[in-house]
Amino acid sequence: MLINCPHCGTRPIEEFTFNGDASPQRPQSQDMNAWYDYIYLRHNPKGRFDEYAHHSSGCRAWLVVTRDTQTHEVFAAVTAKDYARERGTP
Amino acid sequence: MKYSVFSLLKNTLSGHKNWAPAWRDPEPKKEYDVIIIGGGGHGLATAYYLAKIHGITNVAVLEKSWLGSGNVGRNTTIIRSNYMLPGNNPFYEWSMKLWEGLEQDFNFNAMVSQRGVLNLCHTDAQRDAFARRGNAMRLDGVDAELLDAQGVREMYPFLDFANARFPIKGGILQRRGGTVRHDAVAWGYARGADLRGVDIIQNCEVTGIKTNSGKVVGVQTNRGYIACRKLGLAAAGNSSEVAAMAGLKLPIESHVLQAFVSEGLKPYIDGVITFGAGHFYVSQSDKGGLVFGGDIDGYNSYARRGNLPMVEHVIEAGVAMIPGLSRVRVLRSWGGIMDMSMDGSPIIDKTPIDGLYLNAGWCYGGFKATPASGWCFAHTIAKDEPHKLNAAYRMDRFARGHMIDEKGQGATPNLH
Amino acid sequence: MTGFRLDKGGLIDRTTTLNFSFDGKVFTGFQGDTLASALIANNVHLMGRSFKYHRPRGVISAGSSEPNALVTLREGGRQEANTRATMVELYDGLAARSQNRWPSLNFDVGAVNSLASHMFVAGFYYKTFMWPKSFWEKIYEPLIRRAAGLGHASKEADPDKYEKAYAHCDLLIIGSGPTGLMAALTAARAGVRIILADESAALGGSLLNENEEIDSVSGLDWALAALSELRSLPNVTLMPRTTVFGWYDGNVFGAVERVNDHVAEPSPYEPRQRYTRIFARRAVMATGAEERPIVFGGNDVPGVMLASAMRTYANRYAAAAGKSIVVFTNNDSGKRTASDLRRAGVHVEAIIDSRKTAHLIVDVKGGKRVTGVELGNHRSIPCDAVAMSGGWSPIVNLMCHRGAKPLWNESIAGFVPPDVGSAFVAAGSAAGHMLLSECLADGARAGTMKGRVPAVPKCRDERFAVTPLWWVKESTGKAFVDYQNDATAKDLPLAAREGYRDIELAKRYTTAGMATDQGKLGNVNAIAILADATGRTMDQVGTTTFRPYYTPVSFGALAGPFVRHHFQPVRKTPLHDWAYELGATFVEAGLWMRSSWFPMDGEDWLAAATREVLATRSGVGICDVSTLGKIDVQGPDATEFLNRLYCNTFSTLAAGRARYGLMLREDGIVFDDGTTSRLAEDHFLMTTTTANAARVMAHMEFCHQAHWPDLDVQYVSVTEQWGQMAIAGPKARATLQKIVDDITLDDTSFPYLAARPVSILGGMQARLFRISFSGEHAYELAVPADYGSMVARAVMQAGQEFGITPYGVEALSIMRIEKGHVAGGELNGTTTAGDLGLGKMMSTKKDYVGRMMAQREGLQDPNRQCVVGIRPYDPKGKIRSGAHILNKGDAASMAADQGYISSVAWSPMLEMWVGLALVANGRSRHGEIVKLFDGIRNTLTYGVICDPVHYDRENIKLHA
Repeated sequence: MLINCPHCGTRPIEEFTFNGDASPQRPQSQDMNAWYDYIYLRHNPKGRFDEYAHHSSGCRAWLVVTRDTQTHEVFAAVTAKDYARERGTP
Repeated sequence: MKYSVFSLLKNTLSGHKNWAPAWRDPEPKKEYDVIIIGGGGHGLATAYYLAKIHGITNVAVLEKSWLGSGNVGRNTTIIRSNYMLPGNNPFYEWSMKLWEGLEQDFNFNAMVSQRGVLNLCHTDAQRDAFARRGNAMRLDGVDAELLDAQGVREMYPFLDFANARFPIKGGILQRRGGTVRHDAVAWGYARGADLRGVDIIQNCEVTGIKTNSGKVVGVQTNRGYIACRKLGLAAAGNSSEVAAMAGLKLPIESHVLQAFVSEGLKPYIDGVITFGAGHFYVSQSDKGGLVFGGDIDGYNSYARRGNLPMVEHVIEAGVAMIPGLSRVRVLRSWGGIMDMSMDGSPIIDKTPIDGLYLNAGWCYGGFKATPASGWCFAHTIAKDEPHKLNAAYRMDRFARGHMIDEKGQGATPNLH
Repeated sequence: MTGFRLDKGGLIDRTTTLNFSFDGKVFTGFQGDTLASALIANNVHLMGRSFKYHRPRGVISAGSSEPNALVTLREGGRQEANTRATMVELYDGLAARSQNRWPSLNFDVGAVNSLASHMFVAGFYYKTFMWPKSFWEKIYEPLIRRAAGLGHASKEADPDKYEKAYAHCDLLIIGSGPTGLMAALTAARAGVRIILADESAALGGSLLNENEEIDSVSGLDWALAALSELRSLPNVTLMPRTTVFGWYDGNVFGAVERVNDHVAEPSPYEPRQRYTRIFARRAVMATGAEERPIVFGGNDVPGVMLASAMRTYANRYAAAAGKSIVVFTNNDSGKRTASDLRRAGVHVEAIIDSRKTAHLIVDVKGGKRVTGVELGNHRSIPCDAVAMSGGWSPIVNLMCHRGAKPLWNESIAGFVPPDVGSAFVAAGSAAGHMLLSECLADGARAGTMKGRVPAVPKCRDERFAVTPLWWVKESTGKAFVDYQNDATAKDLPLAAREGYRDIELAKRYTTAGMATDQGKLGNVNAIAILADATGRTMDQVGTTTFRPYYTPVSFGALAGPFVRHHFQPVRKTPLHDWAYELGATFVEAGLWMRSSWFPMDGEDWLAAATREVLATRSGVGICDVSTLGKIDVQGPDATEFLNRLYCNTFSTLAAGRARYGLMLREDGIVFDDGTTSRLAEDHFLMTTTTANAARVMAHMEFCHQAHWPDLDVQYVSVTEQWGQMAIAGPKARATLQKIVDDITLDDTSFPYLAARPVSILGGMQARLFRISFSGEHAYELAVPADYGSMVARAVMQAGQEFGITPYGVEALSIMRIEKGHVAGGELNGTTTAGDLGLGKMMSTKKDYVGRMMAQREGLQDPNRQCVVGIRPYDPKGKIRSGAHILNKGDAASMAADQGYISSVAWSPMLEMWVGLALVANGRSRHGEIVKLFDGIRNTLTYGVICDPVHYDRENIKLHA
């Protein structure tokens, strides 16, 4: 599997550390249910999936990679910073 | 037909023409008391114990592919009950006890072989952790022995004691641990369940779960709608996808774990050995292949295959542990999809939907748990409440803060 | 023909004679022979024994699919089992041994299994051996295990070296037959960067084995010319002896090159094998097709082989499989073999073509060598070898490694590869094109990256037509589907009758396809027989899953150089040399090597550590603490960032001061701890534990980038930029004062928790922190990494008059346990701040990671296990880490478990064993006598719960 890091170009997977579903957003509220959802529940689809990947052996940027979990086809990778700014606060 | 040396002789005389099928190939009925989704080890065991212990025989096991095609047919065959935490230990020990009587119970030789499971340690801190775990096992009446380096050397002199990056300081041994012929577990449970009236329906994929006023009423499948009063999900690997059909989101990620087998060799490794300084565990099958594995690839996946970085990592650890493996050849590798949960422990519980029960989140510990998982899930379904053995495996434990986290990694599934 | 070596022809060098032995018997062969061809030329056909019945077996194939002729090569750490004789290039002095036989290949006691073969059908294991229960492990299984397996693997380390490499290309071509060569020529001439890989020693594929004609010259000459052209081009990499074993995500291919398997020993500067990950923009699968056996009685008697193999032995190796041959075929390959053999002067007694006669072979006569065949009409034909051809299967394996399934093609009677996109295409006979002209055209097409496909040379086509014949059902002898695993034709219908109808179930039940050839020869036959038994088509039955490895790959190749001491890198601290000079014993801490104790003559670790503690607590000690993670944090929002990361507050920390910080995970559990110093208003230096350094850094990056991208803060790991040493003890100040340039280290100008840049040794810039893990008046001094050892030596010199003593992590650990400081044993990923006695650090005034989830009921439960001190009830007694704690009156049981001892040390100050423990509701149980259960070491003693601070509870020494 190869990932096109926005900083480094196309790099092999062993340079990345994955951290799963990128869809949960850290709640602003003090609602315990919202926190439970955020910490523990995961979108876990068979197919297209947005996930956090850390370019830990590269530029150290956290990315959000869009990938198919069944074919492992990688569609896109953006920085987590851009992803966070784009979707704003919950 | 009971399997025995006599039935084998009798059938030999008749040219093996008269063996009865091990299970029927029934058409799905319109309605069942209980439907289990997933014809793997856990689902089949659940059906078996529902019928055998609870007398519930109007049961169907729906398998989207061939029976045993999931993780029961693609694991590294290890059984053990060497857990540390109170929520886990009694459950896995019950599983071990069921393994010890399983073949006579379901009349199928699954080659349960208590060859011993040895975990190696390489630091003082690891040894202390092993002592803690071993004492927890002893407290629970489970066998455990702490070995020093000499003790390990006497068992396996060919481990790298000479030039290892991480010297072997000792290990923890559970002699009652061992291996089981994995496919035969599925077959034995399937045959036992079928004999008691359970319908095992292969190539039947569930495409929807139907509820009515918060209660399960049936499933939509590629072979039509089937009604049921109770529905048990035992589809580890695909739990999130199946639960989503009932609108449930789970504390689970799906990850691929690779496993490997070498070419057949004359006896080389007698028991199960796990490396403590890298991810590697190995045993030798009765057929002679070294069966081994390592860590998950680390990314969410539903593909039953992995990639080369983990292959290399596993094999490096293997040769680091046993230098003599260098010229042995690896024959085949494959992948299985693991339900990686948020604390590394499973869920066997009721769900917020009436009549819907969940058996999921086995991480890579599912195979050894098969008998107890089926036994407890059957109890939970039949009695509509968990047995005390699976009382800790509740889904609400995360919200309440009662995680069962043996590794202390928190809500990071790929680290469990 | 004299003997079985043909008088002329073949690609062997008759001027170079090679001596070799098989089971101790000496033979000769020629350069260019394989072990199999040389044995055939010496009329040796019995090369192995089968798995279950120990039947005599000869070579079936001339390539990597060989299931029978497996031998053991070499000795000692180089011993290698299960090597295919068909792939072993002969070298002088080669000594091969047969396998799975006792006492000898010729007389194998295990063959008695054959007598009971009527009982040993598919699945018989599962139906018996269950009574009495204990007999399985004691009697049956050991017998089965001894009988099973193939060769013996070495238990010694391998003296040879292995390499890992990476290769990148525009076009990878797998297979160098006519298709692969044509693709390579086409692409190479267009300037495309290509790699051409082939598993054989010589490139050319089938053109080396067959009589073909291309461009008016022989196929061989055409191939040689093509190769010579390819060799001359700079954009071409040729990789012979290279098996591409798997296809992975991202169009990455795994390949192993057998660099030196064709010599007795590699030269000292070369690897035995080299594993390469090939990153290919595009790839062509030009892997050819595999001939299939026919399933008929006695199809395993030595002397029965594939028709194409027999003509390969004749054409390429000038070796005759026999003096008188019977050919059994369902396609045109049989005729081709007959004509090639006749041309080579070998007598062909009969051609039995199932398309032309109903009288098929029902049994092969002979035990260890074919003596004749018997036909369905009871006619016997004497012969000494049988060539069989059941049709051809495109070699689709690689293309199916990522989940796609091949499709049945009726016209060629074979499975053809699926369409997996343009990055990986099949060509030639691998794609089901069975004529040479089609292969050349297909190769040119596949080798064209853009533009028009060039014209290809003219060639002569052999006819290809096949009418399936899977199984001669009238067979009187045993008819094998999977040779190595002894799966017979009758096993498959039996499996189906018993319910194992799916091909995957049938495979597992009968073991057909599970041998070391992974069903290359037998699987299609198995599928056909199962289809027939269950009334399904080939497509309905389908194939089993194709998976890596195309052929088995050595562990050594995949491990490369990362074995033994090089398994993982070694990290040495900037003070390593200093500690080494002083005779330190080092211990692994993750990848680090840490100085653990500094033994003086004859001391064991405990004596040394005890002396180090006493010297430090009474005078001064110095310890390497460089492995702590160090993260430099700067920027206008640095304070806010730290406030959010730590559960305690950093905004109130003054510049020039340090503070202990506690970090939680988002789930409310303690993550890490360490001191953080504020070096300037917007500049902090964080420290982490050694174990969590990398994870804390990644956590910070995640929180910043994913949660708070607008915080204006920068941070970088500086762990490796600083050598850091703790200088502790009543004389620490006096020692340091001697090397510090410009400040007075009194409590006013450098109080407890001061943290400041200082100048030392006449101008070296360093950082000094007055912090203490030992509980003593102590400092940590950080210096640029390259000066670490030098400064440590200078500190030693300065402290000489005070008796300065180096101490290692053992003494460090003793002192922290004496002081009740938590470390790895307590920061174990399941404890809360409250459990550690640090609950008051959790701020109520700000948001921080972990704040919300720490409030969960389960994390607030007063009965949680929390940190306490533990001592033996008998002050002379010993306690050990890992012992569990029970109420004094309770018997040992899980239900009675109260906790466990997490850290233990022999306290030189208290002269007794002391420890820390995690005990349910422990803080309210100080003074309670408890039972210490250490069953795994057969001890049961009593202990007393106490305050975790065992020594200097008032911190008098810290502030002295």
